[in-house]
Amino acid sequence: MDGLTQSHTGRSGFPPAYLDRVGSSFTDFLAVTAPDLLPGRRPLPTVNAGDLTPHGTTIVAVTYAGGVLMGGDRRATMGNLISSRDIEKVYPADSWSVIGIAGAAGIAIEMVRLYQVELEHYEKIEGLTLSLDGKANRLAQMIRGNLGAALQGLAVVPLFAGFDLDAAEGATPGRIFSYDVTGGNYEERGYAAVGSGSLFAKNSLKKTWRSGLDAGAATRTVVEALYDAADDDSATGGPDPVRRLYPIVYRVDAEGAVRLTDAEVADVADAIIGERAAADRENVDRGA
Amino acid sequence: MTMPYYASPEQLMRDRSEYARKGISRGRSVAVLTYADGVLFIAENPSSTLHKVGELYDRIGFAAVGRYSEFESLRVAGVRLADVRGYSYNRRDVTGRVIANAYAQTLGEIFTQQTKPYEVELCVAEVGAEPDADQLFRLTFDGSIVDEPDFVVMGGQADAVTGHLRENFRHGLDLAEALMVGVRALSAVSPAMAGGNGNGQLLTAAQLEVAVLDRRRPKRAFRRVVGAALGTLLGDRSAGEVAPQGATHPHSPSASQPGTPAGLGDPAAPDTVGGGDGSGEGSGPQAGPADGVGGGTDGGTDGGTGGGTDGGTAS
Repeated sequence: MDGLTQSHTGRSGFPPAYLDRVGSSFTDFLAVTAPDLLPGRRPLPTVNAGDLTPHGTTIVAVTYAGGVLMGGDRRATMGNLISSRDIEKVYPADSWSVIGIAGAAGIAIEMVRLYQVELEHYEKIEGLTLSLDGKANRLAQMIRGNLGAALQGLAVVPLFAGFDLDAAEGATPGRIFSYDVTGGNYEERGYAAVGSGSLFAKNSLKKTWRSGLDAGAATRTVVEALYDAADDDSATGGPDPVRRLYPIVYRVDAEGAVRLTDAEVADVADAIIGERAAADRENVDRGA
Repeated sequence: MTMPYYASPEQLMRDRSEYARKGISRGRSVAVLTYADGVLFIAENPSSTLHKVGELYDRIGFAAVGRYSEFESLRVAGVRLADVRGYSYNRRDVTGRVIANAYAQTLGEIFTQQTKPYEVELCVAEVGAEPDADQLFRLTFDGSIVDEPDFVVMGGQADAVTGHLRENFRHGLDLAEALMVGVRALSAVSPAMAGGNGNGQLLTAAQLEVAVLDRRRPKRAFRRVVGAALGTLLGDRSAGEVAPQGATHPHSPSASQPGTPAGLGDPAAPDTVGGGDGSGEGSGPQAGPADGVGGGTDGGTDGGTGGGTDGGTAS
């Protein structure tokens, strides 16, 4: 950590690289001044290291009339163990975008922190924020840098969504981008899911999501998709009324990115559980 | 041109100081004042893209006068230092004092070791949870650092503005009052005002660059006050306090009330990402890309100072 003691403390003034005016990327700057702080610049494990870190699971995102919603369950697993019941896997990337992560939690959280600083740094240096496509592309480059670790079982697969301030008149301002471990970047139409429960979540969204939903109805599709994923995927956690743990849901609209309160999400989740329970009782009554 | 054989250190330093001081006083003034809810930056700056005031970090702002290219590279260095520290430790570990120290070291080094000193004067302001915790650091071209309690005036006719502020500044002014006090002080000596002193004419919104560090904002305290919000604050004092608005750029958030949009990393939760409970966060445009305007020191500084003083010191 030579770089840390020398250049980050500011004790001896700014090192020459700090006064070099070129560049508004925080990642590129770290690569010059403190490469040890960057994920993807470290020696790779030589064996599969996937068991060393918890893995985050299901993230879903849907567009709606006013923007986009992203939700994630609260479970992290290590092999057959549940390593966390209350992990947070959806984060605001900046005022107008959110990022959800599936995969190796240790690396994913580091990557999200770096990505948040990257966007803010650009904003402060340049005086304006990146376009939504620019942000999505920047994230792709970070994922690409993690390919080596991904091959050793430490894959990170994010889902990125944001409100496009440059959206054309009539187009939905909410946009969703999905990624693969090689840094492939795909814009999704309508809805998307990543993680171990994504298959079941997408099946659920296929039936419940329609274009032009309002925020309330869209929130329900997100929570219901996570419920369905938890129903069939052991690595996805369902709503937990005993511990009062509910999915984390962010809404990004013209006002910016806002996290829905636990109470709001709890209401939606409880309504879904109530309906499912009622439907099940009806089936029993009918002798099914 | 002959090279001087010997120049005494006193003479060298005096020449450099004089050179830097001349450059700085040629520009327009910037005033940084504390007010009830934080710190207010007022710059006389007709350019809306080449800023003299900027954001360094969550609670820390920056103001500068002098040569634009020089203070802009210092501003960028400050942002880099803040972000690297915040990333490698925690957001709470970035303080105004650390950044001010780095500026002092760098400016001092440049002043003593390079032929041409930086023609800049800086203010690093940090807003605390309480008014007592607000800090204003003034940094001069030679690396001196002073901790000022109430306000800092830099550039142009700084002494005259300071005198004016000393008479009118009070603690605990609200935003509109503080802005009025500051604008009056700047207007009284501004060369842009036709009659000069005393005719009571004030600088208009178009001639001013105004920003605040608002302690009530949960995350990034820095906001530019532009457009209609600035007009209201300047024109109609009876309108009371108007929340600072985001900037006019289409990429800037429209919501400016505390707590609306979500923010970056929660300082209350060390080593985690993400705002815990939807803290506020937004952007405001900062510096423009090009050099050369802003301070207005460029015209004429190249003409003679160097050669003239060299000749004088030859013995």
